[in-house]
Amino acid sequence: MKDVGEYDGAGEATIFDRSRPGRTATAQLAPETLASLPPELRRRRRPELPEVSELQAVRHYTRLSQKNFSIDTQFYPLGSCTMKYNPRGSNHYAMLPEFLSRHPLAPVSMGQGLLACLYELQQMLCEVTGMEGVSLTPMAGAQGEFAGVAMIRAFHRARGDAARNEIIVPEAAHGTNPATATMCGMKVVEIPCNPDGDCDLEALRRAVGVNTAGVMLTNPSTLGVFERSISEIAAIARQAGALLYYDGANLNAILGKVRPGDMGFDVMHMNLHKTFSTPHGGGGPGAGAVGVGRRLLPYLPVPIVGRDATGYVWLDERDLPETIGRLSAFMGNVGVLLRAYIYMRMIGRDGMRRVAEYAVLNANYLLARLRRAGFEAAYPDRRASHEFILTLKREAAERGVTAMDFAKRLLDFGQHAPTVYFPQLVPECLLIEPTETEAKETLDGFVAAMTAILAETVTDPERVKTAPHRLPVRRLDDVRAAKHLDLVWKRPPGGDS
Amino acid sequence: MAFIPHTDQEVREMLGAIGVDAIEALFDEIPADLRAAPLAGIPPAATEMQIGRLMSERAARDGRALNFIGAGAYEHHIPAAVWAIATRGEFYSAYTPYQAEASQGTLQTIYEYQSMIAALTGMEVSNASLYDGASALAEACLMAVRANRRAKTPRILMPRAVNPAYRRCAAAIAGPQQLLFESVDFDHESGRTAPDALESWGGADIAALVIQQPNFFGSIEEAGRLTDWAHAHGALVVAVVNPTSLALISSPNEWGQRGADIVVGEGQPLGVPLSAGGPYFGFMATRMEYVRQMPGRIAGRTLDLDGRPGYTLTLQAREQHIRRGRATSNICTNQGLVMTAATIYLALLGATGLERVAAAACARTEELVARLARIDGVRPAFSAPRFHEALLRFDRPVGPLVDALARLGIAAGYDAARDYPELGHTLLVCATETKTAEDVLRYASALEALR
Amino acid sequence: MASNIPTDLRYTRSHEWVRKNADGTVTIGVTDHAQHALGDVVFVETPQAGRVLAAGEACAVVESVKAASDVYAPVAGTVVAANGVLADAPERVNSDPYGDGWLWCLAPGEDAAATALLAPAEYETLVAGGG
Repeated sequence: MKDVGEYDGAGEATIFDRSRPGRTATAQLAPETLASLPPELRRRRRPELPEVSELQAVRHYTRLSQKNFSIDTQFYPLGSCTMKYNPRGSNHYAMLPEFLSRHPLAPVSMGQGLLACLYELQQMLCEVTGMEGVSLTPMAGAQGEFAGVAMIRAFHRARGDAARNEIIVPEAAHGTNPATATMCGMKVVEIPCNPDGDCDLEALRRAVGVNTAGVMLTNPSTLGVFERSISEIAAIARQAGALLYYDGANLNAILGKVRPGDMGFDVMHMNLHKTFSTPHGGGGPGAGAVGVGRRLLPYLPVPIVGRDATGYVWLDERDLPETIGRLSAFMGNVGVLLRAYIYMRMIGRDGMRRVAEYAVLNANYLLARLRRAGFEAAYPDRRASHEFILTLKREAAERGVTAMDFAKRLLDFGQHAPTVYFPQLVPECLLIEPTETEAKETLDGFVAAMTAILAETVTDPERVKTAPHRLPVRRLDDVRAAKHLDLVWKRPPGGDS
Repeated sequence: MAFIPHTDQEVREMLGAIGVDAIEALFDEIPADLRAAPLAGIPPAATEMQIGRLMSERAARDGRALNFIGAGAYEHHIPAAVWAIATRGEFYSAYTPYQAEASQGTLQTIYEYQSMIAALTGMEVSNASLYDGASALAEACLMAVRANRRAKTPRILMPRAVNPAYRRCAAAIAGPQQLLFESVDFDHESGRTAPDALESWGGADIAALVIQQPNFFGSIEEAGRLTDWAHAHGALVVAVVNPTSLALISSPNEWGQRGADIVVGEGQPLGVPLSAGGPYFGFMATRMEYVRQMPGRIAGRTLDLDGRPGYTLTLQAREQHIRRGRATSNICTNQGLVMTAATIYLALLGATGLERVAAAACARTEELVARLARIDGVRPAFSAPRFHEALLRFDRPVGPLVDALARLGIAAGYDAARDYPELGHTLLVCATETKTAEDVLRYASALEALR
Repeated sequence: MASNIPTDLRYTRSHEWVRKNADGTVTIGVTDHAQHALGDVVFVETPQAGRVLAAGEACAVVESVKAASDVYAPVAGTVVAANGVLADAPERVNSDPYGDGWLWCLAPGEDAAATALLAPAEYETLVAGGG
């Protein structure tokens, strides 16, 4: 049923379209005061912000929220993103008013309770990763990567070895890896993977040398398989004088089972918004804590929570003079860190291991069922880790139905699409990560939807190619979006002024 | 088994479908010598009730201070509706809107956010937000070097009146790409960056000049003169602004003859709790001609197959997942949820509401400064007009005073002596609209009693 | 899908084409194979007239919704003109890569040897080989 006046078939009105001159959310107005600012410093033209009532704003954004798929409402098997349940308890207790109202620069004597949580979080992250030290400040995985590569750079420079300016990454790596290396002033050397998904060791041996600063790996890799020759890779890197970087994107697959520190990694970042279930929030905030082995401890980004006779304290540039520095104005995304802390305490020691076990169980179960339903696995001879790749190259070649078409059609079935077209080296791929928090019947429902779409590619391929059909909008024109840039609302011609 | 739904029966069925007899068999590709020992350093599982009690006790121990600190994070009233809606599961637990058709809520919110930031800053385009104000400044400096094709040297003039934490962050993030940050002093009488201080750079090749408005001391810079100087010398202007202040004071597009080129700032004042430092968000806006140099996500409005309007991420070819080593930045996320809260905040306040907040904060700070300056040995350090923050000069070290006031539940301000030792004993204080006359009196009385 | 490879042009391994003009200048664009691989072109950035380019220098960008590709100078020289039409009509790169979709025109430098360029048959082999 259409809600007349709210939705006219031309899309949801913007908050600006709902604006009327002189209307206000009156309960939100501070008392009228005169500011003592000289007139020449005053703004000349008022900013054009919406003028709406509180109910209008509440209704507008509530309605917008309902146009989203989310973990709370749909299965969301987005590969490489670990879309597991975000416990409400984590949110609730991270948002206690005392935590929310704490100013970042308030004396530490006023924040010992909060600092205790962060200190224990550092300790727990060291324990699950096998690292010697952790800094919680990076605000996202990409910032964690930046911190990691910057520490590698600082380590070599401190030894007078500034010639090491190359970072080796497998070609299947996340795009952030090469982008990060560039931001750190490094050159990127990509090496290929073998047909079975493991790293090409010969190519690695040829690539390493006196210029190699580090080797960046994800394990399990972005191909959804465990890198079996990790010990050899670590040895090759070590012999070449390079450091080994662990991209923690896939840590969920090995939590409590294998520790990056034990595999020989020198430095890593963790995506707390993946493995430790802090919310993705429609694209952030994340948290990308970094962990390091002994050699890199002096370079950790500041601040870090330390402990002395007076209690918990922030350690900064004065305590760690060789630090790579500060990546944010304050202490990183503390509210996200608290959520990760609460989650880890609720999961506990045995829960860590179970996370990996059930994530891997769900992935292998889903893979087995989808193969039986007629889908082709990209690495059929390998165990899936916590995720796996299907390739639809046959469907694309024979019926013209692409991975993107499949993804869009899944939305009609109330299932969020898997990751498409990543990793780029597998043609027409779907990267599927169910996570441990999904029940068997949810996975069975996904298999049923995939099976139905596969049948449609024969009976009614157009239906798939023009999907979605049941969402608030049909397939959107990305080319138009990029060519005719419409990035901010403008008053329509003849509108109110 | 927190959050794992499987029954024993289901596990048996699933293992059967896979064709193995135990979950452990699924890890058979991992070499045995790499297996981890039990994680002795992790406590056993706690229930939500147990951890809830622990967190509540720790929170209660910290208490709630009467806060007069600003220095980059500002306490404002947050309408209850803001986070009630932002934490709805459909916003809270969604991913980045890569599947546009299933993410119209997030995407339209980004579009509205971009529109509001563009309106506030007076610029043509905004991105979907960055991590925080400090890292946004680092990105803006890198962007300015890309955008300013006239400058051959990646040199950035960075006034000392810019927030010291921002300067350190910009150096840490942009330093590895060989950016040169050159310091510019401020006038010690007015507390502003003096255009004269720029003159020694008159003949140099400069990519950009950074102007923080109001600056770290709360002083309002002569942004127009500084902007015109930069443009006359071939440099771009990177503005670092407080979003609340923009309701009252000149927006960056109004600075000088041509206005600022890139505008960034800390979004926290727009409906985001102090939260001990984060999550906040950084905003960034610029001229349309530089849109392809701008890092981060951008949402655009387009049409669907039926010709109806809808929203999608656009200009993604600049980003890391496509351009890899040649991307504008390695950034993937924006601060989606926090940005959503800020959008709701701005919708609720509107220009009128934001003006009132800004005016109240400005007035309350003047009252605070006037009251504290009546105390012997305390006086304002600078003469320039200010917004809602002021540097006070004391006749003795402020550290012990700050500690003593903390014991009384008062967060007295930011001790600036470490960053500006040449100014002697200084304390940066701020009073926003959340403070009453009684709060100001309580602070002043407590400080007086210590003397 | 067979791509169009005109026989009167020279090519590079990075999928640029080069046409020698009667006045001694050369015109440069991206090949039909390249535009097809990129998909719908949404933005083109061309070098400014007067800019001096080294051979192999990245000097233009062709952007689609799924890729942003650098375009390299096939020979050294000075930019004489750039195709201004592409600012408003980037789709010309798709519809007419060898004609209206040209990118820029260059006066070759003294030492601009054209020997490294590929003949049409060589380029065809490259494309057929998945290059």
